[in-house]
Amino acid sequence: MDKILEIQNLSVNYFSDKKIIRAVNDLSLDLKAGGVLGLVGETGAGKTTLALSILNMIRGPQGKIIAGTIKFSGKNILRMSKQELRNMRGKDVAMIFQDPMTALNPVISIGEQIAETVFKHERVSRAEAWKKAETMLDTVGIPSDRAKEFPHQFSGGMKQRVVIALALACNPTILLADEPTTALDVTIQAQVLDLMRNLIRNNGTSVLFITHSLGLVAENCDEVATMYAGEIVEFGTIEQVFGKPLHPYTKGLFGSLPDLSENLKRLTPIPGLMPDPMSLPDGCYFSPRCPCKIDICDTKHPENINIEGHYVKCHLYSSDISIRNRI
Amino acid sequence: MSKDTPLMHVTSLKKYFHTSHGSLHAVDDISFDIKKGKTLGMVGESGCGKSTTGRLLVRLHEATSGSIIYDGIEITKADKHEITKLRTRMQMIFQDPYSSINPRHTVAHIIGEPLKIHKKVNNSQEYEERVRNLMSTVGLADRLYDAYPHELDGGRRQRIGIARALALDPEFIVCDEPVSALDVSIQAQILNLLMDLQDKLSLTYLFITHDLSVVKHISDDIVIMYMGQIVEIGPTEVLFKKPLHPYGRALLLAIPIPKLNVKKERIILKSEVTSPINPKPGCRFAPRCQYVKPECLISDPILREMSPGRFVACF
Repeated sequence: MDKILEIQNLSVNYFSDKKIIRAVNDLSLDLKAGGVLGLVGETGAGKTTLALSILNMIRGPQGKIIAGTIKFSGKNILRMSKQELRNMRGKDVAMIFQDPMTALNPVISIGEQIAETVFKHERVSRAEAWKKAETMLDTVGIPSDRAKEFPHQFSGGMKQRVVIALALACNPTILLADEPTTALDVTIQAQVLDLMRNLIRNNGTSVLFITHSLGLVAENCDEVATMYAGEIVEFGTIEQVFGKPLHPYTKGLFGSLPDLSENLKRLTPIPGLMPDPMSLPDGCYFSPRCPCKIDICDTKHPENINIEGHYVKCHLYSSDISIRNRI
Repeated sequence: MSKDTPLMHVTSLKKYFHTSHGSLHAVDDISFDIKKGKTLGMVGESGCGKSTTGRLLVRLHEATSGSIIYDGIEITKADKHEITKLRTRMQMIFQDPYSSINPRHTVAHIIGEPLKIHKKVNNSQEYEERVRNLMSTVGLADRLYDAYPHELDGGRRQRIGIARALALDPEFIVCDEPVSALDVSIQAQILNLLMDLQDKLSLTYLFITHDLSVVKHISDDIVIMYMGQIVEIGPTEVLFKKPLHPYGRALLLAIPIPKLNVKKERIILKSEVTSPINPKPGCRFAPRCQYVKPECLISDPILREMSPGRFVACF
């Protein structure tokens, strides 16, 4: 499959009171055309910052992309002009935001919000754009005669459908779904995901699916990347990562989950906390919490190691014999 | 108290809130028992009345009608003096560790306040000792004694909430979504802590959550609520193996499982929860139910015992 999105060596910092917060650190990630890539990690891992970077929406002076390239169909998003960005956002790359309650404009009717996007990006008349908005609402299961209503007249689940309709209105090539169902109840989550799956499959959209739920990744994605303290620590196909997780952090995430099919009496949590992004450790960022830590982890940052297409950033899998002998 | 006597016996409990649009039936005629030393899990979607129920049990809300008997005492009718006494025996852990503790008090102050209010300590030395003990029980480092909540992360804040709840040696604790605001790795730490404390101090929990895998992990029995009513009660194992109510089934099948090749059917429910304000008679779930029959729309289904400890409200 072709790569539709290539992120290389991306670093993003936030600045506050002379302190530097290193949100994304030297991160590289590819998204395949038509693929669904799950991005998992805890609060503060940098997942949302990554998604915003892809839209070049990290805004100064607080935030800055300090290094790296993000290529969309071969073109560097970080070098695009304002006009090019405006054309790309919403049309080629669309985003579903986490919280449907705040992602919509409360004083514009939902139909108008969708029609506006269509009108801006496609050569259609206002009337045609409105028609398209109604069709999109129908597709996501909202009766089109409610298009003139305002966000507060809808429930959380329905608002999230509106957000999905909005994101998919211009048939985007890439969809960034940032925790699209976190704010929803589980039966509504099932409805919304079912809908998203169908729309994505029909349009051949590539998706970056950001979530903290491994369950949702298993059910919706082809590939998965684990993110920790601003970097990807493990990447592989669903079969590789769920079949045999390599990185101690990914293993820790699985151990922390109550298992429905087995009767474990105790969970095995990951001890400690995510490091402060203002003062990341010298070596491996996970080493202070890692149960398999060896000496080198404190001093040397691990390289990305490729094991038959399954990538892991951990010294335990180093091909350097001198390191492995020390385990 | 013998082993079979429930610690808490709830019958026909109702709580209606008055709104400008009419009466909101938050809790609508529910009955259940909580066994001593066990954990009763209460699940349901947002707005189904779980938290209201929890608050009614410790009388943070006044019930509209019904009875809650705790160890022979009628909570809904207890006077102020009795309630103050009862509060030393029942406590609550709140959902949001960011808003449920006073940001201007130190950790020690927050944990020790109940000791002062209920005059459980005689002098400042005893006070400090008790607070430090509580901190070590919940795994808070000693150096945090004079820290303020903003210096701490969510997991540690939730430990403060737990230490505060334990301060008066209660026997019953309402845990209202104690881990929902936490990340999975921290969530597991807190769940383990709660289970260890239960073993050590023989506590009884009402564990309110919307996370079904968490509830399965921690509970002995489970109550499933839907729009202010109980649709199903049963021992955890039995209920998860074979949910009887159509809503219970849809809910359990909707849980995403973090494993490969788990083939399962999924019931995608149509539409959403209807309004709890002046609800129509009949089964609350009927508008979304795939097995709906004419009688479902006429009267409320009654919670019937199908086998010992196994109740369902469905025609």
